Amino acid sequence: MKRVLAVILAVCVALAAWVVWDNYADGVDTRDEAAAELARGQTSAATDATHTVSDRVAQGAYLARAGNCVSCHTVAGQAPYAGGRALDTPFGKVYASNLTPDVDTGLGTWNAQHFWRALHHGRSKDGRLLAPVFPYNHTSLVTRADADALFAYFQSLAPVANVVPAHTLRWPLGTQAAFAVWRSMYFKPAQFTADAQQSPAWNRGAYLVQGLGHCAACHSPRDNLGASGDLDDLSGGLMPGANWYAPSLLSAQETQLATTPLTDIVRLLQTGSAPKAWVNGPMAEVVQNGTQHLTEADLQAMATYLQARAQVALREPTEQDAPPPVRKVSLRSAQNGAVIYKDQCAQCHGDQGQGQSVVLANGTRGMAYPPLAGNRAVVMPQISNLVQNLTYGGFSPVTHAQPQPFGMPPFVLTLSDRDMADVLTHIRQQWGNTGSTVTEFDVGRVRVLQVH
Amino acid sequence: MCWFGARWRVCVSKQGVGWCVAEFAKPMPLFGVFMACVTSSERMGAMKLIWFAALCGIFSTAAQAFDTSMAERTRACTYCHGEQGKAGPDGYYPRLAGKPAGYLFNQLQNFQQGRRQYDLMARLIEPLPDAYLRDMAQYFSSLKVPYPAPALSTASVPAALLARGRALTLEGDAARGVPACVSCHGAQLTGVMPNVPGLLGLPLDYLNGQLGAWQSGQRRAHAPDCMAQVVKRLNADDLMAVAQYLARQPLPADTSPVSLSVLRASWTERPASAQRVTQASWTCGSAPLQGAQP
Repeated sequence: MKRVLAVILAVCVALAAWVVWDNYADGVDTRDEAAAELARGQTSAATDATHTVSDRVAQGAYLARAGNCVSCHTVAGQAPYAGGRALDTPFGKVYASNLTPDVDTGLGTWNAQHFWRALHHGRSKDGRLLAPVFPYNHTSLVTRADADALFAYFQSLAPVANVVPAHTLRWPLGTQAAFAVWRSMYFKPAQFTADAQQSPAWNRGAYLVQGLGHCAACHSPRDNLGASGDLDDLSGGLMPGANWYAPSLLSAQETQLATTPLTDIVRLLQTGSAPKAWVNGPMAEVVQNGTQHLTEADLQAMATYLQARAQVALREPTEQDAPPPVRKVSLRSAQNGAVIYKDQCAQCHGDQGQGQSVVLANGTRGMAYPPLAGNRAVVMPQISNLVQNLTYGGFSPVTHAQPQPFGMPPFVLTLSDRDMADVLTHIRQQWGNTGSTVTEFDVGRVRVLQVH
Repeated sequence: MCWFGARWRVCVSKQGVGWCVAEFAKPMPLFGVFMACVTSSERMGAMKLIWFAALCGIFSTAAQAFDTSMAERTRACTYCHGEQGKAGPDGYYPRLAGKPAGYLFNQLQNFQQGRRQYDLMARLIEPLPDAYLRDMAQYFSSLKVPYPAPALSTASVPAALLARGRALTLEGDAARGVPACVSCHGAQLTGVMPNVPGLLGLPLDYLNGQLGAWQSGQRRAHAPDCMAQVVKRLNADDLMAVAQYLARQPLPADTSPVSLSVLRASWTERPASAQRVTQASWTCGSAPLQGAQP
């Protein structure tokens, strides 16, 4: 018996030692001398390449857009990147840190080595393990040069004194020990290695999508411990708390990227709408704060990569989900849905669900109100986004192309769950749409998941 | 001349009758491809046929032009706040039309930044940048829609309560350092450009709700928050009296907000007792209406 206990104890000690080693032995020298040496080396290299400091800051600003850092690290109405925004997780609230160079509350005393370690290893200046709400599994891919550019940009901002509240994660999930164990299970610092078989555009796209873009943070399913899928897992997932479903970027039913023209994918990321697609919810924020600011070349690269991934997925045999049971729509529901559609929806979305197009500021044609006929988002088996749209309404993203977008009012006060179910069934089964029937219970099941 | 049906159009001219079939009823130049144009007149040549096609095209475009005005863009607002922002069906969706633009813009920011609490409102405008919010504020401010007459009669509340409300509104309470409503909101209570709202034509429920929210700290403004300081010097009965009084006041012929100079001039016309506490002794915070940010 004693021997068994001793073995168990030894295994535990060994495991603990491994976890400690795994988390803390990253080998980054954060002494100021090391950073200064690095900076010297880079300055000389930079001068050679006729890269000035302002170029590097501009590059960092651009990369910050690519990572949409501002969305999480800013409280509405406060200085950008000053941190303090509460991010709701199923385990409690995590507060985004202050990225401005304030000495007491921000990154004022950090050097480039500290910043690199935060991005690459997920550790703070003092060596603490960062909460994995910060998607450092993705930022780990960011190259050293890009990390330094980002750091130069954040250091160029005006320092803002903003004390960020402590996280309120449930005990023991907020402890360093819990973070360490979680990291040993899910996180490994990674480097981006280009695939020589693929084009430069594909590789650039893969770097942006898997790295700063952290697309898989939403577009992959999260498990019970809050971990998202692999860096390149784009199979779709429900965002916990926010209650929006980020559709699979690989699926022909949900996004159809495999056969969508590249220009349409680029257009969607630039303007928020394309002939057959539309962004809303959290993706509207991504377009507004992030992707619309990226260069055409980078958007092309992302589109190239995403499309290639979708085409590969199309060829792979996939397990087909069992089709949802065909539920008959009662006459009462059908009539109710049709009446609600006519009274509340048709004015904007058209009596044939055709939507409404509009000329955008850049002279191209976009949509003021999305078509519902033939819209994949309308017939997706996952109805979360439909219920979210109907409940809270919202505006399309504000972009250079559409500075004054059109909006949809919230219907939560005028439509009951049953009304919502009926009108959703109506739009999912009219005009050639072949979505499944939605019941009052389905709508309730989505709404009950809403955290705030 | 052309008649428009749901899915077809009929055009008539001296040369004959033609009918055109368009694919969609609603204007969708993207998809609204002109499908066919057929004429019944045998004498009509190819050129005339093309004429018809062009005519139908022009007419249908003109009739189908999509309204891209702010009225269309702000449908998400007017669904609750009433057509043209005239006020919603119940007392809790206040009027937007004709209120000072700075005031409206400040309220939008207050919702965005947590100084006013209404989840649906905050969610809806959360991602919108200041530039668009300013445009919305200017738009609703520019709408000159007549106010409805107050629905409540003066006989339905105790005269003493109304007298108390009247005193606070017109004279304030010098002993408690409370200025009269009129000293900031205008002698006619129609508001002052660009940031001070009018107080008339508002439903009793809304007035009560707002005064209560100011007192409890649920509603706040940019610092220095003068309104909060004023309301916190009043008690619940005072607030009730003021709300009951304001909700019953008839509207002046001109309901537009006055300028600051008109407000200043009004101070000298008021009784001496009320002059002790005027707006001059208060500073009120607000966000600049004109673009501080791009």
